[in-house]
Amino acid sequence: MTGALVAHQITVRYDRQRVLDRVDLRIAAGETVGLRGPSGSGKSTLARVLALLRAPDSGHVTLDGQRLPGVRHRLPAAVRTRVAILFQSPRAATDPRLSLADVIAEPLRATGTPRERARARASELADLVGLTPDLLARRPHAVSDGQLQRACLARALVHRPAYLLCDEATAMLDASTQAHLAAVVTDYQRRHGAGVLLVTHDASLMARWATRVVELPAGGRPTD
Amino acid sequence: MTTTAPATTTTAHGEHRPTLLDVDGLTVRFRLRETVVHAVTDLRLTVRPGELLAVVGESGCGKSVLAHALLGLLPGNATVTGQARLHPPAGEPVDLLGCGERRLARQVRGRALGLVPQSPATALTPVRTGRRLLEETLRAHDHSRRDAATAADRLAVDVGLDPADLDRYPHELSGGMAQRLVTALALAPDPPLLLADEPTTGLDRPLVDHTLDLLRRRCDTGAAVLLITHDLAAARRVADTVAVMYASRLVEHRPTEALFDTPIHPYTAGLLDALPERAFRPVPGHPPMLTDLPPGCAFAPRCDRATDICRTPPPPMPHGPGRAACHHPLGASA
Repeated sequence: MTGALVAHQITVRYDRQRVLDRVDLRIAAGETVGLRGPSGSGKSTLARVLALLRAPDSGHVTLDGQRLPGVRHRLPAAVRTRVAILFQSPRAATDPRLSLADVIAEPLRATGTPRERARARASELADLVGLTPDLLARRPHAVSDGQLQRACLARALVHRPAYLLCDEATAMLDASTQAHLAAVVTDYQRRHGAGVLLVTHDASLMARWATRVVELPAGGRPTD
Repeated sequence: MTTTAPATTTTAHGEHRPTLLDVDGLTVRFRLRETVVHAVTDLRLTVRPGELLAVVGESGCGKSVLAHALLGLLPGNATVTGQARLHPPAGEPVDLLGCGERRLARQVRGRALGLVPQSPATALTPVRTGRRLLEETLRAHDHSRRDAATAADRLAVDVGLDPADLDRYPHELSGGMAQRLVTALALAPDPPLLLADEPTTGLDRPLVDHTLDLLRRRCDTGAAVLLITHDLAAARRVADTVAVMYASRLVEHRPTEALFDTPIHPYTAGLLDALPERAFRPVPGHPPMLTDLPPGCAFAPRCDRATDICRTPPPPMPHGPGRAACHHPLGASA
């Protein structure tokens, strides 16, 4: 069992309400798994569990066959940086005090990368996602949502993750920006063999982008 | 995805119907410390009773500024020029840009020209429940105390909100519930023209469709809606006419079906090609900064049809029942 990010029998409760009930989901290297389901079915919660941001109440996550003992900073940096997530709202996901260049470089600084190398890597990625140098000096309030989400994608790719989770990441973007971000992700995936999870309720985006679709029914269990 | 045929379409000679909103030469500039933002440039459009007009474009192209300019809600560093006249079915015409804050506040905002604001989280008074906000609005618009209570419940149901959720405070609402509450608040005075600025943000697909159909029904009963959205599928589902905005200007404004089937402006064509059900190919290059627009056609640097003439700004030209501003329109024999 190698080359996959797998959720095993994940159960998550908020207070007394169970949003995920023994859910299994497998994202193999190189594939794009589409995840859909009604509002409140736990799609975002499952994405957060797989992103190693939230510990499930029961069940566990394996990364390339290795069972992960915890989440967030209980995991070594070399493990937790192998999974990256891109959220729906880039405004809610960025520090308003940082310039876009610093937003992109932040995960590198957090793991002790020397400043110069972090800066070089950030500008390389900015170029990849289509951010011009003048935008890099600005702070989030001075750029559009589309531009800010590009920065968030660059930030997500900064550690060259093996798995990228996109939680409605293009829902608030115009068609052209959506197509551009999808092209950047697909290109990255091809070059690095990354596995991608695509959470979306846009049927045509799902049909176009996902290689396989998993349905998450409300409060139930997914069927492949 | 299904597209419903609009119940009414603008005819080629729809001039016999009185216009509800008439905007001509609207231009908005923001003065910043070192530069000037060209947010809206020489914008011209009309909205008729019963029409649902969708304004689409990339984020940051000036769509929301258009709505705020019409309502006189721009910050102090904005300069607005041009004409914008509202002709409410009852009452006298209003010069929106010239009538002054007093008249806007007392007779226009909410009553004659409603707004569903873009970020509901910042539009709600945090210390009042949804019910209190809604009843207060209804009572300010000629509903009695008893009548307001039932009207509040009905409005909640209309926008897809459980009336029980009206008793929550704004911080207890999810983003989607807050969105539905601000929509109910905008609908409460029943304005003849509603400006809806991304009214489906944060809603799931069924609620998106519910909200869009609600706006459509308003138009079918004679009111009008100006829908500002980045979502082309939404525009196609409900709009009679679609106006495409690019870098502060309207580049194409035509009946929905015609615009989606045979776009005239290369930018419209590029935007449609980016849809996942079409080529899923982004428009090449980047949108220009509104502080540094090229002279002439702002799309020319990204356009494969551009020639020397594109250095002069293309005037909006009639194309069938609509208009487009391009020196090299698609599908033209010349």
